[in-house]
Amino acid sequence: MSIDGELVVFIICGGLSVVGALGMVLSRKAVHSALFIAMVMINLAILYIANSAPFLGMVQIIVYTGAVMMLFLFVLMVVGVDSSDSLIETIRGQRLFGILFGVALAILLIGGIGSAITGKADIGLIAANDEFGGNVEGIADLIFSDYLFAFQATAALLITAGLGAVILTHREAWRPKATQKELSVARFMVGAGHPGNKPNPGVYARHNAVNTPAILPDGSLALDSVPEPVRSRDDSLIIDHRVVSTVVELVESEDQN
Amino acid sequence: MSGSSFGFFGTDPWWMVILKAVAIFGMLVVLTLFTIWWERRVVSRMQNRIGPNRVGPAGLLQSLMDGFKLAFKEEIIPKSAHVAVYWIAPVISATAAFLAFAVIPFGPTVSIFGVETPLQLTDFPVSVLYVLAIASVGVYGLVLAGWSSGSTYPLLGGLRSTAQVISYEIAMGLSFVAVFLFAGSMSTSEIIAKQQPIWFAVILLPSFLIYVTSMVGETNRAPFDLPEAEGELVGGFHTEYSSLKFAMFFLAEYINMVTVSALAATLFLGGWLAPWPISLWDSANVGWWPILWWLLKVQLFIFMFIWLRATLPRLRYDQFMKFGWKVLIPASLGWIFIVATARVFRDDFAFTNQQLLITGAVVIALLLVGSWLLQIRSDRMQATVEAELEQALSVPFDAMAGGHPVPPMPGQVLAYTPRRVLAAQSVAGQVIAPALDSAPTEETPYA
Repeated sequence: MSIDGELVVFIICGGLSVVGALGMVLSRKAVHSALFIAMVMINLAILYIANSAPFLGMVQIIVYTGAVMMLFLFVLMVVGVDSSDSLIETIRGQRLFGILFGVALAILLIGGIGSAITGKADIGLIAANDEFGGNVEGIADLIFSDYLFAFQATAALLITAGLGAVILTHREAWRPKATQKELSVARFMVGAGHPGNKPNPGVYARHNAVNTPAILPDGSLALDSVPEPVRSRDDSLIIDHRVVSTVVELVESEDQN
Repeated sequence: MSGSSFGFFGTDPWWMVILKAVAIFGMLVVLTLFTIWWERRVVSRMQNRIGPNRVGPAGLLQSLMDGFKLAFKEEIIPKSAHVAVYWIAPVISATAAFLAFAVIPFGPTVSIFGVETPLQLTDFPVSVLYVLAIASVGVYGLVLAGWSSGSTYPLLGGLRSTAQVISYEIAMGLSFVAVFLFAGSMSTSEIIAKQQPIWFAVILLPSFLIYVTSMVGETNRAPFDLPEAEGELVGGFHTEYSSLKFAMFFLAEYINMVTVSALAATLFLGGWLAPWPISLWDSANVGWWPILWWLLKVQLFIFMFIWLRATLPRLRYDQFMKFGWKVLIPASLGWIFIVATARVFRDDFAFTNQQLLITGAVVIALLLVGSWLLQIRSDRMQATVEAELEQALSVPFDAMAGGHPVPPMPGQVLAYTPRRVLAAQSVAGQVIAPALDSAPTEETPYA
């Protein structure tokens, strides 16, 4: 066999796919596994493209890498960065069934590919594409004629699954959600407290450290501006000596409360 | 691959491929520097400032200098970062940004060193899908950056960008469908060729508007820049990045802006085809001139990006998602439905344009009447439901009415048993009147 471009692509992408597959199984972090499988998918897509199936290759990247794996990552990230994965197998007989299904799949693949290679003359994807005038046209022609029912059935199944997920996770709203206007009105109601952002620590004060209370326009201190954990250790407050008397009063009044 | 229908593509000598790739790389880097400068100048003008005007003529070299400075800054890697992923994230982001430009056409066939070649690195039957695919790989950069930084704000930024890009890519992909239907192809050069008499932005205006909206969401630019919302997330996914790695994210963002603008020009504004008054000139669409028209169209979109950033406040996250899923996607689907139906009537039933318009008007009128009737019906149902609810709330809540105890719904108040009254008194230190007869309070234990 001569060394042509396709062989080079196959060696590189095939090798990377195997590395990715092994990495996916062997890595300890779920996110790393997800990344490795994304790598396998992209390499497979390149192989599809090299084999005159550009549409399949692109859809593989858009759908699997771009949407499915991304959702996986999304879930993994929601679960948390540092959550350690449980190593307890919850499905009984998981390994046995895994091995059984693996062997079954291997037999199926060997049989299927073997009969495909030996049974028919191989016309190649280029000839198959040319029959319809192109790869995309060929796929469209087959999907909307011979495989229309399978295509529609898959679509219906997916829609059903999507609807099911929506219904299962649906929670009826008990009362209408407050609109932005209502929230705003509530914020300005008498007794609702300060309507806007409170001043940050250090505003108008001599220091801008987190433990320096802001000074309000009337010269008094805004003790609220210092975060609670710092405020509770009042020995750590940096106090501006211009207003020290006010502070003492305020601290005393806080103590009384 | 069947290259037969793609003329010159795939026949370039190897040095031409390298030449084009290097030229595109160089152009993208220069365009990035220019866009940063332009953005700062335009935003400044819109805010009554002058903007950078010190380095080079009119401050043109400012972004170059900033780039140098950024490269020489100290690099800080957080202790809690997952180093391998932290390293690879900006690389993915920047590489993907460059890759997408391989299929963007800049002009017609020209002669370079005696070789006839199109001004486009390559093209194949699904090149628009290729851009989408590369864009979806590029998002990995942002998501992984957010995850691997080992910090809260970047993680939130990464999560947001995942959700955002998945949502807006659907709307974006759907806006392409009408273009594919009209062009009969997914290759960029053929789509441009099919816009020869009239641009797709004119005949497919809804698709164009949906694309322009979703491209702003896809590139994380204001007002859709939630993954890096400064006010909420410090810097979003790139908070923990510094020096060259940060520069790569910066580069990727601006190249992505150019890419989506170029794609918009290609799909909807006729790509390198000359705009109307110039197109009357015979040699407007041959030779090297078309690069200029292309560049003008791309800069038009970039100016729009800048204008948006200078004038619009950032959307709230839930409003943004609602807009994507409940407005853009259904609108695209409806529009595709209309376009496809109209084409079937025109091609298979030989409808003239006039007949199509009349049919469309009748259908719209019927839909309006139908929605009006539906509205009346739903108003009536709403009134009944509200009346029932009021009825239900007017009687005191009986937790045991159905045979087994259930918690109260909002607005319903549990009858105070002597034991509950005693418990409440011992907690609050005051007497609470039994609330059986009083109006329902807002507080429920389950709100």
